[in-house]
Amino acid sequence: MTLAAADGGEPLIRWDWIGDHTGQLADLTAHHLKLALLPILFGLVVAIPLGLLCARWRWLYPPTLGVANVLYGLPSLALFMLFIPYFGIGSGGRADFTIIVPLTLFSLSVLVPNVVDGLRSVPDPVRQAATAMGFGTLRRLIQVELPIAVPVVIAGARVAAVSSISLVSVGTLIGNGGLGQLFVDGYSRDFTTPIIVSCVLIIALALISDGVLVAAQRLLTPWARRGTR
Amino acid sequence: MIQFDGVTKRYVDGTVAVDDLTLQIPTGQITVLVGPSGCGKTTTLRMINRLIEPTSGTITIDGEDVRAQDPARLRRGIGYVIQHAGLFPHRTIVDNIATVPYLLGWDKKKARTTALELMERVGLDTKMARRYPYQLSGGQQQRVGVARALAADPPVMLMDEPFSAVDPIVRKSLQDEFIRLQSELRKTIAFVTHDIDEAVKLGHTVAVFKVGGVLAQHSTPDELLAAPADDFVREFLGGEKGLKRLRFNRDLDRQDEPGVEAAER
Repeated sequence: MTLAAADGGEPLIRWDWIGDHTGQLADLTAHHLKLALLPILFGLVVAIPLGLLCARWRWLYPPTLGVANVLYGLPSLALFMLFIPYFGIGSGGRADFTIIVPLTLFSLSVLVPNVVDGLRSVPDPVRQAATAMGFGTLRRLIQVELPIAVPVVIAGARVAAVSSISLVSVGTLIGNGGLGQLFVDGYSRDFTTPIIVSCVLIIALALISDGVLVAAQRLLTPWARRGTR
Repeated sequence: MIQFDGVTKRYVDGTVAVDDLTLQIPTGQITVLVGPSGCGKTTTLRMINRLIEPTSGTITIDGEDVRAQDPARLRRGIGYVIQHAGLFPHRTIVDNIATVPYLLGWDKKKARTTALELMERVGLDTKMARRYPYQLSGGQQQRVGVARALAADPPVMLMDEPFSAVDPIVRKSLQDEFIRLQSELRKTIAFVTHDIDEAVKLGHTVAVFKVGGVLAQHSTPDELLAAPADDFVREFLGGEKGLKRLRFNRDLDRQDEPGVEAAER
């Protein structure tokens, strides 16, 4: 395969570099995945109870949504830096939380509204029937409304996961960006191979995790009409 | 017997939904509450299982004041069927029917066995047990709704326009089967409809409501058709023309299903 040469006769991709660095690429990919997806998991753990509270006490929702939106409006880099004093800088161990905590906060701005919308998507006759059959409020939320909200919650998780996978790269600027590290490496050495490889891997990660979430939804909600989400 | 004593429901904006209602719903019979929209029939129904609380007056079931009981527990002992079935989309048909038994803490196997029996009872193929509501037609969903209300064998059933959302042919078959089922089960049933034909066909007695929640007449269908209490009732029955048609249909029904009528009376 002959790709157009960059200046100096350097090829756009050196296949042998990839072959020599498979170990490092695998490590970075795994690390990237951890930095991107743990926040989604933590985000769900926070967003589901928060969403339930907002559905139960409606007045809670506007202020909660407001806070989530303000968080989303903050530049990711600024938020990463905010947590450096608490978790430190660098890659691995405790320092990973410098990335994970801000990304968890970002994920909330997508996940909380989706949990609330999902709970509100429960048809009125269904909610009414549940009450009339003798479900208490809490039991109805957990056994009826939350399961029916799952497709909408997963739709939110898909958006949050893809955006999280792309945002991890920003962490490169503070020395912990998963596959994003390869950008810096490539730019500093004027060497295109790592840049292209990391782009391809990040896109692949996004596509695969989206596919996994779609599959998870099929498994969790066999009752959902085919063709709707 | 369900007894309403001077029950009024007034909303904070001053609207009166039900006005000083005194009404008896006899044990083992179908009492149909009928009237135009805004007449308070659904409000009346929902006060029985405390989905709505009355402003004043008392409602008792077999002498026990409903407001003295825990709402959730009270409701588990009262079957409830609504217009769009309101089935749980995420539960299979068998689990939908077993809802109240699960709430009552029955053993899962017993709950499911009961649910399967009820499927047969309401005319559903038990092969559908593992399907989800979206895979059923409107008429089948409504049957599931009835089976679900019957699952814990409650003595009282509340039905709010249960057959209104299906086409006329399916409605007729649901009504006929409902009459057959009731002749076996003899539940105390309060049945809301806006359809006077349905009221006359199903009710042992019919309570006609006026807008503003006033009870205009409560009598057997035959008395109702023979002697409407006032102009409102006459009008609601469709005037002279409507009365003629209703009386004619009633005679037809008698000839059609002598067995059912005999069993019912």
